[in-house]
Amino acid sequence: MSDNLLEINNLNISFTTFAGTVQAVRGVSLDLKKGETLALVGESGSGKSVICRSIMGLLAKNAQIDSGEILFQGDNLLAKSNKDMRHVRGKKISMIFQNPMTSLNPTMTIGYQVSEALLLHEKVRKSAARKRAVELLELVGIPDAGRRLNDYPHQFSGGQRQRIVTAIALACNPEILIADEPTTALDVTIQAQILELLKDLQRKVSTSIIFITHDLGVVANVADRVAVVYGGKIVEIGLVDEIFYHPQHPYTWGLLRSMPTTDTDDEELYAIPGSPPNLLDPPSGDLFAARNPYALTADIHVEPPMFQVSPTHWAATWLLDPRSPKVALPPAIAARHQYFQERRKNAAQQPILSGGVR
Amino acid sequence: MTNYIKFIAKRLAYMIVTLLLISQITFLLMNFLPGSPYSNEEKLTPQQLEIMNEKYGLSKPFGERYLLYMSGIVRGDFGISLQFSNQPVSKLLSERIGPSMQLGIQAMIFGTIVGIVLGTVSALHQNSFLDALASLSAIIGRSIPNFVFAVLLQLIFAITLKWLPIALWNDGFSSTILPTLALSITPMADAARFIRTEMIEVLNSDYVELARAKGQSERRIAIVHGLRNALIPLLTLLGPMTVGLMTGSLVVENIFAIPGIGEQFVKSILTNDYSTIMGVTLIYSAMLVTVILIVDILYGIIDPRIRVAGGKS
Repeated sequence: MSDNLLEINNLNISFTTFAGTVQAVRGVSLDLKKGETLALVGESGSGKSVICRSIMGLLAKNAQIDSGEILFQGDNLLAKSNKDMRHVRGKKISMIFQNPMTSLNPTMTIGYQVSEALLLHEKVRKSAARKRAVELLELVGIPDAGRRLNDYPHQFSGGQRQRIVTAIALACNPEILIADEPTTALDVTIQAQILELLKDLQRKVSTSIIFITHDLGVVANVADRVAVVYGGKIVEIGLVDEIFYHPQHPYTWGLLRSMPTTDTDDEELYAIPGSPPNLLDPPSGDLFAARNPYALTADIHVEPPMFQVSPTHWAATWLLDPRSPKVALPPAIAARHQYFQERRKNAAQQPILSGGVR
Repeated sequence: MTNYIKFIAKRLAYMIVTLLLISQITFLLMNFLPGSPYSNEEKLTPQQLEIMNEKYGLSKPFGERYLLYMSGIVRGDFGISLQFSNQPVSKLLSERIGPSMQLGIQAMIFGTIVGIVLGTVSALHQNSFLDALASLSAIIGRSIPNFVFAVLLQLIFAITLKWLPIALWNDGFSSTILPTLALSITPMADAARFIRTEMIEVLNSDYVELARAKGQSERRIAIVHGLRNALIPLLTLLGPMTVGLMTGSLVVENIFAIPGIGEQFVKSILTNDYSTIMGVTLIYSAMLVTVILIVDILYGIIDPRIRVAGGKS
C-alpha cells in the first residue's frame, strides 16, 4: 500500500440521457495524501462534482462508471456493494454540500441531525451521542451549543448552518472530508469565516480535504495542491505554488488571467473565449483547442498526454512537448513565472497571494 | 406554553365568530329559497297557510325569527323538523350523525394510511412496475365514483364470498367494513398521488442527499427524513376531505342502507325543512372549523417552522 490515502486511477463516468451518452469524467487519475488539502478547480459542468460523488458512491441513477478504480486505503470503493458503501459514507469519507440553507432537514432538531451519523456508525447511546454533538457544535463554533441542540435549522443563520453541516461531516472523525463548494452560497465575510474554520479544523483533526470550488481566491487560501479540471479531465495538477505562479496549461492561464487582482486597473478583465465543450459528442483532440489561442495543430487531432513539469507538477498540453514551438506567454502569466523563479531562488516562505502579481 | 394556550383560545374565538356568520348567511339564503315547507301547499287556503305559519313561527319578520332561532341554539334547542315526523332536529341529528362520523373517520384513517404507504412505495421505486401499478390504481380510484366500488364490494364480499353483511347497520363492526372500504377509495387515491409527488421531490432534496452522505439506508431516509416533510402538503387536503366524509355520502349510505346524515342533508333542502337545513349546516360548519383548527395544530407539530409565533416550545 502506498502512502496515498485515496487513489483514483483512470476513472471514466458517463451519463445516459435522452439526448445520448454524456462523458462527464474522462480518464481522471488523482491521489490524496493523509492530511493534505486538494482543490479541484474548474468551471460549471467540468465534472468536479461528479468525481467527488463517485468517491461517495452517490452518483445519480443514470450515471455509469465505465472503467477505473477508486482505491481508499487500498480498497476499491467502486467494487463495494451499496450496503458496504454505507459503512464508508459518513464514517470514513464525509461530505459538505454547497447550499447550507437546504442541506439540513427543516423538520428535525439539529441535535438529532448531528448525532444521526454517530448513532448509525459508532453504536453509541443516545446520551453519549448528544454529548458528542455538543462537543462537535462547540468545535465548529456554535455558541451555547448545549442549549441549542433542540433548535431547528431555521433558527440559525446561513453561516451557522454551514458550521452545523461541517459538524455533521466531522461527527465520526472521517479520513476524508469532501467539501463541494462549501462557501459558494455564502456572502464574502461568512465565506472567510468558514474557510478559516476548515483550516483550523484540519489542524485539529488532521483529515484530508478535497475542496471543490471555482473560486481561485479560495483555492489559494486553503489548498496544498490543485487539480484543474476541464471537460471531465484533469488538465493540470500541481502544488498550489506551481499552479498559481508556474502554470503551464493555457486553460490555467486563462483562469488566472480572468481573476481580478488588487492591481487590476480599469481595463477590461480577461475572459476565456467560447463556451465549455459539449460532452455529449466530444470532438477529437484536445477539448480546449477551440477556445485556446495557443492551440497547435496537434491539439486538434490528438489529446495531449500528461507531461511532467516537476515531481509534483503535471500538465496536459502539447506546448510541453519538446517538438512544439515556443510560444510567447501572456504578460500576466510571464510575470507569474518570473515571480516563481525568484521565489525559488530566495527559497523564502511567503504567503501565497491569490492576486497581486501580474 | 402560555403562547400555545393563547393561540388556541384566539382560534376558538374566531371559530365562534365564523359559525355566527355562517348561521346568518345560511338563514338569509334559506329565506330566499322558493316554495314553503308544506308539501301540499296548492291545496291550502290562505287562512290555513296563515295558521300554519303562525304555528311554526314563520310569520314573524326575518330578524326576529333569526334571534329566536339563535336563542334556541344557545339552549341546545335546534327546533322541530318540519319534515321528519315532527321530531326535534337535535334528536334527529344526534341519532344519525354517529354512523356517518364513524364511517367517515374509519374511511379517512384507513384510506390515508394505505395511500401514504402506496405513495411512498411508488416514490421509492420510481418508474418501476410497482410504481406504475400503484399510480394506475390511484387514477382508477380517483376517477371511478365510490358508489360503483360500493356495489362491486357488495358483489364480491357479500354475495359471492359471503364474508360480510351486504347492508344495514345492525351487525356491529363487520357491517361497517364494506362502506368504509367504499368511502376510503377517494382519500386513498388522493393521498397516494400527493405523497408520491412530494416524496419524489423530498428524496431529491439536499438534506436527503446529506442523509445519504451520512450512510443512512434508503428506506430509513424515506421514513425518517422523507415522510414528515412530504406529509405537510397532504395535511391541507385532509381537513376538508375528513369533514366531507364525516358528514356522510348520500349515495354510499343509501346503497348500504345506513341511517346516516347524508339523506337528511339532501332531503331537508329539497323540502324547505328550515330547521333541519340550519342544524345540518351548523354541524357541518362546526366540524369543518374544528378540523381546520386540528390541522393547524398538526402543522405545527409536523413542521417546526410554522409553530406559533413567538412560541418557543
